[in-house]
Amino acid sequence: MPNLIPALPEIFLAVAAMALLMAGVFLNPQTASRNVSYTSAGVLVVTIAIVGLVTDGTATTFGGAFITDTFAVFVKALILIATAVAVIMSREYLEQNGIFRFEFPVLMVLAALGMMMMVSANDMIALYLGLELQSLSLYVIASFQRESTRSAEAGLKYFVLGALSSGLLLYGISLVYGFSGTTGFDKLAGLFIGGDAPVGVIVGLVFILAGFAFKVSAVPFHMWTPDVYEGAPTPVTAFFAVAPKIAALALMTRTMVGAFGDLGAEWSQVIIFVSIASMILGAFAAINQKNIKRLMAYSSIGHMGYALIGLAVAGAADDAVTRSDGLQGLLVYLAIYMFMNIGTFACILLMRRNNRMVEGIDDLAGLSKTNPAMAFVLAAFMFSMAGIPPLAGFFGKLYIFLAAVEAELFALAIIGVLSSVVAAFYYIRIVKVMYFDDPEEAFDKPISREMKAVLIVTGAVVLLFIVYPLPILSGASLATAALMPG
Amino acid sequence: MIIQSLAFYLFSIVIVASALMVISARNPVHSVLFLILAFFNSAGLFVLLGAEFLAMILVVVYVGAVAVLFLFVVMMLDINFAALREGFQQYLPLGAMVGLVLLIELGIIFGSWAIAPEVADLSSAPIPSDVTNTEALGRLIYTDYIYFFQAAGMVLLVAMIGAIVLTHRSRPGVRKQRIGEQVARRPSDTIEVRKVPTGGGI
Repeated sequence: MPNLIPALPEIFLAVAAMALLMAGVFLNPQTASRNVSYTSAGVLVVTIAIVGLVTDGTATTFGGAFITDTFAVFVKALILIATAVAVIMSREYLEQNGIFRFEFPVLMVLAALGMMMMVSANDMIALYLGLELQSLSLYVIASFQRESTRSAEAGLKYFVLGALSSGLLLYGISLVYGFSGTTGFDKLAGLFIGGDAPVGVIVGLVFILAGFAFKVSAVPFHMWTPDVYEGAPTPVTAFFAVAPKIAALALMTRTMVGAFGDLGAEWSQVIIFVSIASMILGAFAAINQKNIKRLMAYSSIGHMGYALIGLAVAGAADDAVTRSDGLQGLLVYLAIYMFMNIGTFACILLMRRNNRMVEGIDDLAGLSKTNPAMAFVLAAFMFSMAGIPPLAGFFGKLYIFLAAVEAELFALAIIGVLSSVVAAFYYIRIVKVMYFDDPEEAFDKPISREMKAVLIVTGAVVLLFIVYPLPILSGASLATAALMPG
Repeated sequence: MIIQSLAFYLFSIVIVASALMVISARNPVHSVLFLILAFFNSAGLFVLLGAEFLAMILVVVYVGAVAVLFLFVVMMLDINFAALREGFQQYLPLGAMVGLVLLIELGIIFGSWAIAPEVADLSSAPIPSDVTNTEALGRLIYTDYIYFFQAAGMVLLVAMIGAIVLTHRSRPGVRKQRIGEQVARRPSDTIEVRKVPTGGGI
């Protein structure tokens, strides 16, 4: 009998998802969707508490295939918060578009389950199963608005390209397995001590990285991102931009640092290339965008580039202190990225005229006159994304670039700073449109209570990070300690 | 030993021949039938390897479910396969070239492949010699690999939910028998007594 305690949060979430599915079928159809939706958010919040309670140091179970540690706790907390907020934010939109069905929150919960399994994966098979559980749920919710051609197209595109990337990933895993004879991360780490690996493992590693790069939508595997973000229903886009990205980056970190830690010199070259390409593309391709969802897609590609700098440092740096600085920078960046993106997408969800969504950047014109509070919050998010002090986004970039300089990866740091200057153009253009252009017709009011709460909390985090950064910083450093002992 | 090698060559030749027929048969239904033949012979190869469980699963799942599904799809979707195959002759030289290059590469790799003598002992789940491999798999799946087994179950659940969510729609106006409603009906719901004046009509 394996020890089930470390996997208790996952078991709880899986059972809860099935219970919610049953409840959705048997409850009164008029209120089922709403009840299931609120209960799902509650279940996700309870799971955060369980994750915190059951984790005591590092523990593995199921023959070493499943691991919990402080790193997993930190990332799982981010994922669960992001999913719960996405569930809450989606209700209003789905109701207005007449696609509010109880399967939607259940699929979100199952996606969160897949992400938690990814974060806790300590074996290639566990990694792949977690990834597929997550991806399959995401394909379905991407095409949830099935009457809309664009939503169906987004889902199909995501599905076909996702299947391709899963194929690449599996091919890489099979090569690594074939040349090493094991799929367990601990055993793999034991095989490559000293950075010595057969060429087959290196080739496999490159394929695995290609599969991961697709999941975090890093260049050159980013092509699906703008189309999927634009076509999918907006709350789904909000979800896509945050939770799966965090989970995939955490999975990438655990695989690279945990299983192939001593091969850092090999894989960090790939990460450095991917990171530079993502930062540059994210900065330049977004300039011409008229649709705010497409703009956010390119912006998230760029942000993934910055976050990957942290991983590159963790692979390329010579001493352990710098390596863990890189990882800590990555985690802080992810936490701040989550709050900024949730907030921005909450604003995008509020862009509604006469019960119809509008998505053009021009539609924001003169928002400072028609809705000053929303304009102020959105401006704060935009400045934060551009990395302007004293907002939170600045500190995320600061830690990342500091780590890159410490590791003497000057090319990454310089290109990072330059591309964030270019990216600042399109972020600040949104602020200019809101504050200096002639006002358009006002957006629909009133704003629902849950949206207000989301905006206030995320706005507060972004504005007040400079005053009280301790929870995120100490959480990230605890999490790093689990991956990089000593 | 001689019978085994004879069986191996028989199965292999039939597989290669039927695989060729799958892509060259004019009638798509024939293609699917040749695919089934290929599946059956691959199952034979598995039996020769001593993996009888995989052999049975191949027949049950691939022949019993997947190939029959293909057959349905081919019959129901009226695809003009002749039109799809129009460029076949034109691309044949290029395709043959690519195939040849791949074949040579595979030959080079396998020519220089050296299998470590201790590789069988290193595997994480060695094949036990005292039980059948169905039993050995059963012992592993429900114990060491229970996590993967359950996770695969969750993936299938999501696939099922997804298929239903994306295709099921409740159509109004379809007349279905609802026994509960029929039993609950009272005479007063349907019968109305009207007083009809003489010669007036309703």
